[in-house]
Amino acid sequence: MAKLKVEDLKRIKESVKGTVNLRDGAARVKVTVHMGTCGIAAGARTVMNTLLREIESRQVQDVILTSSGCAGLCSHEPMITVEVKETAPVKYVKLDADKTKRIFTEHIMGGNAIVEYAFSIGSERTR
Amino acid sequence: MEDLSLHLLDIVENCTAAGASLVEIHIAEDAANDRLEIRIKDNGRGMDAALAATATNPFVTTRTTRRVGLGLPLLKMAAEEAGGALTIDSTPGVGTEVTASFQDSHIDRKPLGDIAGTLVALILGHPEIDFSYTHVRGGETIELDTRELKEQLGTVPIGTPAVLNMIRTHLAGAGGDRQGENHG
Repeated sequence: MAKLKVEDLKRIKESVKGTVNLRDGAARVKVTVHMGTCGIAAGARTVMNTLLREIESRQVQDVILTSSGCAGLCSHEPMITVEVKETAPVKYVKLDADKTKRIFTEHIMGGNAIVEYAFSIGSERTR
Repeated sequence: MEDLSLHLLDIVENCTAAGASLVEIHIAEDAANDRLEIRIKDNGRGMDAALAATATNPFVTTRTTRRVGLGLPLLKMAAEEAGGALTIDSTPGVGTEVTASFQDSHIDRKPLGDIAGTLVALILGHPEIDFSYTHVRGGETIELDTRELKEQLGTVPIGTPAVLNMIRTHLAGAGGDRQGENHG
């Protein structure tokens, strides 16, 4: 119980063998969750774990998930920035689990930004 | 912040912003003495005495460093409302240690919340940083050390969903809320 089992890790190593793990440069989509104090208090962790579950359940290989600090728009949190390769980054604001799932389906997988949830399209890139 | 796991996430985000390569998280539930302690230690750039003294003042903020703001004041308030205290021990160039203590049974002590969700979010957001986590409850200790995990995983990234899922399952045992805990 106290420690993770080595066998479990070995099993995971076997299961991911052969699948391609993309790093920053090669990913088709990069999603940044803003994890400042404001974002965390507003529900950023739920948004991040929702995205992770979507990636896992759909076995998506070309989307990377990362976090950054406060973007200075605290009253609009929780926020994410979706950067689909070769298109303008989109900042989504005031998210919850359901909105996040819709963004995953329609924008991240489908390529169509959801304008009604967006704060800005084509703003500065996140770090 | 609804629960202590969100405070934890917030404070550890400070550690990552301070350039830490290792963050050690220690949670101790001491039922015999009715204390709960959360200790977060990093090897980041640290704060000098003047900054450390003002770090819990919400009205002192230096946006360039992001070491101060509302995170520490909110945790201090959460601790003091529940019969505890917040201490900061920091040395420039060495790191910072933040300790929040609580009266475990205090009516205003926030629940621990989803500690597993916090650890997963931290590891996912900062795969390059190592996290060591120890949670002592009663006679039981739950441990997680990403340095050991990475060694075992070899070329498999720690941010792989299957790995994170296993970490979540592993931590959910002692890391989550106690059954029947309904205050806060």
